[in-house]
Amino acid sequence: MNKELTIFQNMVRIRVTELKLAELYKEQEMRTPTHFGIGQEACAAGVCEALSDGDQVYSHHRCHNHYLAQGGSVFKLGAELYGRVDGCSGGRGGSVHLTARDKGFIISSAILGQTLACATGTALAFKMDKKQAIAVTFFGDAAVEEGIASESFNYAAIHKLPVLYVCENNLYSTESPRNIRIPDDGDLCERARAFKLEAAQVDGNDVYAVYEATQKAVDHIRSGKGPYFLELMTYRWLEHVGPFYDHELDRSYRTAEELQEWKKNDPVLNAEAWLEKNGVPLSQIRSIHDEVMQKVNADLDRAKDSAWPEVSTLYERV
Amino acid sequence: MSEMRVRNYASAISEALCEAMDRDKDIFVTGIAADYKSGLFGSTTEVIERFAPDRIFDAPSMENAMAGIAIGAAAVGKRPVILHPRADFMFLALDQMINLASKWRYMYDGNAGSVPVVMRGVIGRGWGQGATHSQSIQSVVAHFPGINVIMPTFADDAKGLMMTALKVDTPTIILEHRLLFNIEAEVPEGEYYVPFGKARIVTEGTDVTVVTSSFMTIEAQVAIEALKESGVSVELIDIRSIRPLDTKTIIESVKKTGRLVVADTSWAFCGVSAEILAVVSESAFSALKAPPIRIGLADVPAPVSKPLEDAFYPKASDIARAISTLMNAKDKDFEGVEFVHDFKGPY
Repeated sequence: MNKELTIFQNMVRIRVTELKLAELYKEQEMRTPTHFGIGQEACAAGVCEALSDGDQVYSHHRCHNHYLAQGGSVFKLGAELYGRVDGCSGGRGGSVHLTARDKGFIISSAILGQTLACATGTALAFKMDKKQAIAVTFFGDAAVEEGIASESFNYAAIHKLPVLYVCENNLYSTESPRNIRIPDDGDLCERARAFKLEAAQVDGNDVYAVYEATQKAVDHIRSGKGPYFLELMTYRWLEHVGPFYDHELDRSYRTAEELQEWKKNDPVLNAEAWLEKNGVPLSQIRSIHDEVMQKVNADLDRAKDSAWPEVSTLYERV
Repeated sequence: MSEMRVRNYASAISEALCEAMDRDKDIFVTGIAADYKSGLFGSTTEVIERFAPDRIFDAPSMENAMAGIAIGAAAVGKRPVILHPRADFMFLALDQMINLASKWRYMYDGNAGSVPVVMRGVIGRGWGQGATHSQSIQSVVAHFPGINVIMPTFADDAKGLMMTALKVDTPTIILEHRLLFNIEAEVPEGEYYVPFGKARIVTEGTDVTVVTSSFMTIEAQVAIEALKESGVSVELIDIRSIRPLDTKTIIESVKKTGRLVVADTSWAFCGVSAEILAVVSESAFSALKAPPIRIGLADVPAPVSKPLEDAFYPKASDIARAISTLMNAKDKDFEGVEFVHDFKGPY
């Protein structure tokens, strides 16, 4: 039960941080286009809990979840969004360019598909150095449309590289639905298998299913059998970039009803239900929420108080 | 001072790679055709003999992901050298090099470490390479901060700049002109480093400053030889590195001569030669005795047909004419003055 509680706590930490950031974002003091990950927390929390020290993680533009799941600091994330010197990237990178090397989170990048190649290269280095570590990258379903994804899958399969490709399929690319991006009978796992990757599709809103599937994938990779593709089916609650719900802004590419359906499949509530069913008292669940919230609020208050970078540093570290 | 030996450009590069690979076990070489027996004009022959297949190996046709793979390997301590037998294919790699490698240190404030990827691309003419197998992409890549863009001309610099590229913490693109690989020079034995951002004064002079990149330095040498009788004193500066650019050496020279010719291997429009003229206009304007002259490719894609190709590429004769124009001495035509190369087909 300790493991399940840890996973739950990590997921709550992500949810609470993102909700608070979205609220603060509306104050117009975080001047960085932000892609909130609310609704998709189980993917990050489930995958990262199944990794070991030395494994290295990359992420995409919707990267807060993965940075936090790897143990990245809430304070440094908040400071980064405020453009402050204490940000994880010194305020220079913004929401989409995070790093936490001491936590095994190499970087996130805003360019679609880029980190599929980077993780493949990190895996190549691990294999050359005969290390047991694996490289992991998160990406959205649209990244698979990029040519670089195909090149990376092919290369990883040829060299049997220790890399885990985690596709968070949230059904939309910005506002573009699946039917303009993939044939009706198209299947991302099938595509991965065509490249000779092992592949599995999992309910991305069930954190314990994600954790189990990742353990299986990690075992496969560490035993030298080569790369693995995990497709996690999930849904983003907020707009593509920004703190609002689409229906609040009268966007019509998806309906408020569709969102409500997915909210019934909330990864946090799903995990709470599982914990309750397995004997964890509601009071304990509530106190996890409260403790996390206090800490997150304090960290984000502190982030806002952090100093601006000195303008004299503009030309440094090119 | 280490011993000097005569080596051609290709074997100087090969020597640099081998010595660097002996010193640093994290260096590896890959890319399309990386382990072919031809060894990229012989520039990797010894590397293949000594380090294949573990540290030099072939790759599928995947320039885009290969650049990202190099970055990902470099992020955890490797020093990948990626080969592009034709730099035109490097366009596919530029998303990774420009959007990530060049920004890695700055964008993560140094907290994500560094990604010292070295990317070699072969440029230039020789045997009707045509529009998509000959382009000089230096100004395209040098536009972006955070990436070193290097163009060695002489064999000793090819070695020294390669060894520097394999030691610095920032990503580097090295462009090597096809017609340089067989040209010999005295090359120092052992570890030899030529710093980035330092131009080479090939010949000193007082009348005209000629600033060149890569193979155009060789053509300029031929031009200077053809002008010997005229008594004009030419200062020839081979810039060697596009970014960082040694503006100081160029400005000081123009302040001395008051006349400037720039000959680059690419087009003049938005090119390296435009940048050099801009630098001189800003910093040595009052020293200029005549309008500077740029020499670049004809402003069209590269044609294959021999007479068209001959007209497309500027040569020593163009440089000699430009120098004469600046000296108001146009009595000689210099027709046929050019570097005679021994490049053979099929490619």
